[in-house]
Amino acid sequence: MPKSAKPVATSVVADEPEADASVRPAKKAAKRARAAAAPGSVLAADVPAPPPPAKPAQEPDEPAAVPAGRLTVRKTYKLYIGGAFPRSESGRTYLVDGDNAALASRKDARDAVVAARKAQSKWAGATAYNRGQVLYRIAEMIEARRAEFEALGVSTAELDATIDRWVWYAGWSDKIAQVAGNANPVAGPFFNLSAPEPTGVVAVTAPASLLGLASVIAPAIVTGNTVVVITPAAQIAITLAEALATSDVPAGVVNVLTGHSAEVAPWLASHDDVNALDLTGLDDTDLATDLERSASGTLKRVIRPAAGVPDFTADPGVRPMTALLETKTVWHPKGF
Amino acid sequence: MTVTATPSLSGLPDSAAGLRTFLHGLPGVDKVGVEARTAALGTRSVKTTAKAQAIDLAIRMVDLTTLEGADTPGKVRALSAKALRPDPADPSCPPVAAVCVYPAMVPVAAEVLAGSGVHLASVATAFPSGQAPLEVKLADTRDAVAGGADEIDMVISRGAFLAGDYPKVFDEIVAVKSACGDAHLKVILETGELSTYDNVRRASWLAMLAGADFIKTSTGKVPVAATLPVTLVMLEAVRDFRAATGRQVGVKPAGGIRTTKDAIKYLVLINETVGDDWLDPAWFRFGASSLLNDLLMQRTKLTTGHYAGPDYFTLD
Repeated sequence: MPKSAKPVATSVVADEPEADASVRPAKKAAKRARAAAAPGSVLAADVPAPPPPAKPAQEPDEPAAVPAGRLTVRKTYKLYIGGAFPRSESGRTYLVDGDNAALASRKDARDAVVAARKAQSKWAGATAYNRGQVLYRIAEMIEARRAEFEALGVSTAELDATIDRWVWYAGWSDKIAQVAGNANPVAGPFFNLSAPEPTGVVAVTAPASLLGLASVIAPAIVTGNTVVVITPAAQIAITLAEALATSDVPAGVVNVLTGHSAEVAPWLASHDDVNALDLTGLDDTDLATDLERSASGTLKRVIRPAAGVPDFTADPGVRPMTALLETKTVWHPKGF
Repeated sequence: MTVTATPSLSGLPDSAAGLRTFLHGLPGVDKVGVEARTAALGTRSVKTTAKAQAIDLAIRMVDLTTLEGADTPGKVRALSAKALRPDPADPSCPPVAAVCVYPAMVPVAAEVLAGSGVHLASVATAFPSGQAPLEVKLADTRDAVAGGADEIDMVISRGAFLAGDYPKVFDEIVAVKSACGDAHLKVILETGELSTYDNVRRASWLAMLAGADFIKTSTGKVPVAATLPVTLVMLEAVRDFRAATGRQVGVKPAGGIRTTKDAIKYLVLINETVGDDWLDPAWFRFGASSLLNDLLMQRTKLTTGHYAGPDYFTLD
């Protein structure tokens, strides 16, 4: 089933009672999905398996035709920390396909963790309905920025898949508890309930593609985690951050550091105030092993997929969400 | 060492008019200059071994404070235990300078701190407003001292000070000082309510002339608490006072100092303005509660090589 993201979203909606107001974002998703799946639309075609690497649409040295008397406005890709777009505290930059991007340092990672921690309890405390709305809003904002992503070399099919992936995860916000939680049978006069709770602050070494970024950020934040993402693909990641910044995502819920995982990730792996580490997108297995070892010092949850770039177009299932959830079990007396 | 003002103390009259003339004769504070200077000194970079020393010194200077209506004996005991061993996992971590509580909690803290070398400070004199009759303030002070406090943090009557009734403020400090007996007296100026740096300088001199052992910026109960420029004005006052009289007075910024970075800025400020005579817990204190945890987190970062998290330190 190549275009798995959509059918699942549709079926999730179909299972829900019509009266439940909280499924509204997902219903929109279904409507959108039906429209998009019309014959002849791009989505009807198979989504290519590995997302194509980002390529600049134009070389910076030969900018698009600029009217005479007007200077080109070049963009500097900065970090995204605590809802703001600061430069790296180190002042360093690196070139990504001819564009200047901020090169994140250890201290940027430290600041990002502080921002993520500050945002976490309020984000986790927001209603699932609200988180779903915010995620759906992100999909809307990416939809509105299609041209920008396409100019960065993101294919139409990948964009479609990315937007659908956000919508699909948005629909999960108020349903994951039913799937991952349970009323447990126990031998005694108790209600015994297990409910999923977010793990906390998650550090992510992210894949370089837009769909890859969506596939690691969305499942982490939809359940109430906050993330610190480190990625080398500055242009796509920061353009995505610009969509996040205009999507009612509270400051600090997603923080994007652009730079080298090898430099920054060890500080995140050993950080006492980071609760989980997602190594998806890290292709250096030696580094991944080191990070895993260092994360064990603080008993972090570590997500380490099999080597190689995962197939993000495949149906992710609920595992990316449940991997970043803790289970709280409550015993409550009954029967008086 | 440059001295800002060398007032002649000979002939400082007892009369109200004389006190007023003296305080208003102090040179004015250059607002732009003092703010620019503290901003410039705040950019100093203190790293590695120097930072480790600064952190340990700052921990030794902390007056670990809890001044809430919700303070319970249990909380005060826990805080006092933390004062003795701030980082239970690391015996090389020094104890703090003092614990600062309300008078009602003094006996509880005294039980834990007895014989430890950690001082026990108590706020008194109708803290934080200071709006009570003198007899009440003196009784408050005597109670705290009788309970075991060896440092008293008193508030001045800002109302009287701002109305220009300097002799009243002066006499109150003298009276409280005598009620303190052997206990050290810290005088809280509440600089956030004094409006101008000139007033801060006058209040500093007034408190020192009346016999204060320490001058302290704030109660922590008004929006504007300790700031670097205010502390610089007060440091200059104690430096000038020592030059004029030979008596050294301590300084205690309190309220709003929450991070190690802030604390180190104060240490740089002392070193660069009044000299390292004041770089000692006997002459400089931080009134703080959450600062200690940040200092401990930075200390842990330096010793372990990785970032520490608040989950690993006590809440207080």
